[in-house]
Amino acid sequence: MPEIVLREALKRGLEEALENDPRVFIMGEDIGEYGGAYAVTDGFLKKFGEKRIKDTPISEQAFLGAGIGAAAAGLRPIVEFMSMSFTLVAFDQIVNMAANLRYMSGGQISVPMVIRAPTGAGVQLGATHSQSFETWLAEVPGMKVVCPSTPYDALGLMRSAIKDDNPVLMAEPALLYGAKGEVPDEYYEIEIGKADVTREGSDITLVSYGYGMRPVNEAADTLEGRGVSVEVIDLRSLAPIDMVAIIASVKKTNRVVVVDNARRRGGVMAEVTADLQQAAFEWLDGPVMRVGSVDVPWPYNRGLEQEVLTDADDVLAAVAEGYGL
Amino acid sequence: MASSTKYSVKPSSKKAKLSKNRKSSSSGLDDSGVSGVTDNLDLYRQMYLIREFELACGENYSKGLIRGFLHLYIGQEATGVGAISTLRDDDYVVSAYRDHGHALARGLDVNRAMAELFGKATGTSKGKGGSMHLFDAAKGFMGGHAIVAGQLPLAAGLALAQQYNDTDALTICFFGDGSTNQGLYHETMNLAAIWKLPILFFLENNMYGMGSSIERVRAGGIDFYPGMATYGIPAAEVDGMDVLAVKEASELAVARIRNGDGPQFIEAKTFRFGGHSVADGQKYRGQEEVKEWEERDPVVTFPAKLIEMGLATADQIAEIKAIVDEAVATAVKFAEDSPEPKLSEIHNDVLA
Repeated sequence: MPEIVLREALKRGLEEALENDPRVFIMGEDIGEYGGAYAVTDGFLKKFGEKRIKDTPISEQAFLGAGIGAAAAGLRPIVEFMSMSFTLVAFDQIVNMAANLRYMSGGQISVPMVIRAPTGAGVQLGATHSQSFETWLAEVPGMKVVCPSTPYDALGLMRSAIKDDNPVLMAEPALLYGAKGEVPDEYYEIEIGKADVTREGSDITLVSYGYGMRPVNEAADTLEGRGVSVEVIDLRSLAPIDMVAIIASVKKTNRVVVVDNARRRGGVMAEVTADLQQAAFEWLDGPVMRVGSVDVPWPYNRGLEQEVLTDADDVLAAVAEGYGL
Repeated sequence: MASSTKYSVKPSSKKAKLSKNRKSSSSGLDDSGVSGVTDNLDLYRQMYLIREFELACGENYSKGLIRGFLHLYIGQEATGVGAISTLRDDDYVVSAYRDHGHALARGLDVNRAMAELFGKATGTSKGKGGSMHLFDAAKGFMGGHAIVAGQLPLAAGLALAQQYNDTDALTICFFGDGSTNQGLYHETMNLAAIWKLPILFFLENNMYGMGSSIERVRAGGIDFYPGMATYGIPAAEVDGMDVLAVKEASELAVARIRNGDGPQFIEAKTFRFGGHSVADGQKYRGQEEVKEWEERDPVVTFPAKLIEMGLATADQIAEIKAIVDEAVATAVKFAEDSPEPKLSEIHNDVLA
């Protein structure tokens, strides 16, 4: 199977949509002439022209809101944010407008829009450029939120996101744009709302998504080396969350550690933890262990930032503390 | 006035011409039972319907049958009616939270609009939206939005779709003076201008953002239209108490937009005779100011002028009133008699 990087997978998904559906267009800051801050849309302006590839002013509220309007009128806009941190500027439009519009219109108006944003820390961008607000948006009714950890998932989820009739946030782990993986030439999609059991095991379940899959996979390798059979679940979708898959796994392994690359407090894994103790309490041999990045603003210094970030050692420590493995 | 303002319609009721008995346009209130009336009488009928609808809302709010926040359009009828009368069926209308007037002028079913305010299953949003969130997508009425200035980029996006689809349809976006101090106001003006979007920005300047008069919260006085020079958007001021002046200014703007000239801006000076919402005791303004504006009440002055100029008879006006009164009474009864939404409806319409 051919290997490509995650950036290329996203690019392929976007390109396909632009070629096959005249309603699809992309807008965002510096996505055209410049080629995109992370070069996902590089070359698109030349290929598809200004009508389909729209450079916007630095007005996150206005262009995101315009995306909502265009979607409400039947187009399928893909709106790029230069950073997940910048979605904060447009949160009113995302939450009050995109997510609420269908419900408050009694189902009359849908918002088939994809919001793309690079997420996560790790490249020393400091407090305002390193945050992961996909965890906040995942709790908003009316929103779907996906986060790929491999090129395969990035393409499959992008295809599904563009076809979806709801606002879908595609959180793209910034550290993974250059990550390689196998992607088949044959067409496939990945259903939004279904988790992926990426490794089957019987002793303990590790749950994560996006960049969090990296420390989880590392930790799983280490544990396997010690003879522990590890089951790994990649959520793929933060809203809706596939609790069915997680609960089924925990009923099998009786042990679970949930891992977030975002800050530990609140967020998706707090929800998973709460639901697990309610739904699978009797099957658990110990507490649901929760790992996340340290609850401080993201520091600039490399040593500090790395210390704040969730890593494999944090995961192993939680496994040891919770279950003595 | 800013030198770069491309055109201006003076706030003078004398300037507005009374057009003679042309056939009514399609965006009128067809379901109130009046048919075959002239343009002018149609404008009157719509304004009177909105007035009576709003009075009925206030009354039923007092009875506790309508809850939540209720922002009445009383006093501002001429702006919405005059502007929307110039539109086609394929145009979009976007409003803020004081949206009943725009909704009715766009032809929303009176019964279903009232039922929405009563929170009933027969309401336009099945009782899930309420007063501030009226919608009728089939009629191009895209809300009803309650975050101040939040509707502006939505309207720009609707206009973007109209442009994208190579139509000459347009979007009209109503907003109040209160929204002009939001960043989104300026962001959207800029975006619409650089993309030459087919959008008519219609500012209903009623002089107060809730309890704050413009003078208290805005640097630069009470006129907003000169500021559009910053964005190169042609802007006009119009007397919002004169429905024909509003209509004339809107016709001109609409023609320019359909011609591909890009966004246009109209500022109507108007006034709400009541409080911001029905909960507002109006401690921030004197009754004299209110009275001065009330003397120019378009629902009173316009029919008087029609009669005076021989364009309508007192009987015709009385007939319209009777028909509308009955339509509103019917709407209230329809809303009262309608069923509550089923609790199973809670989970519907969250996701498509």
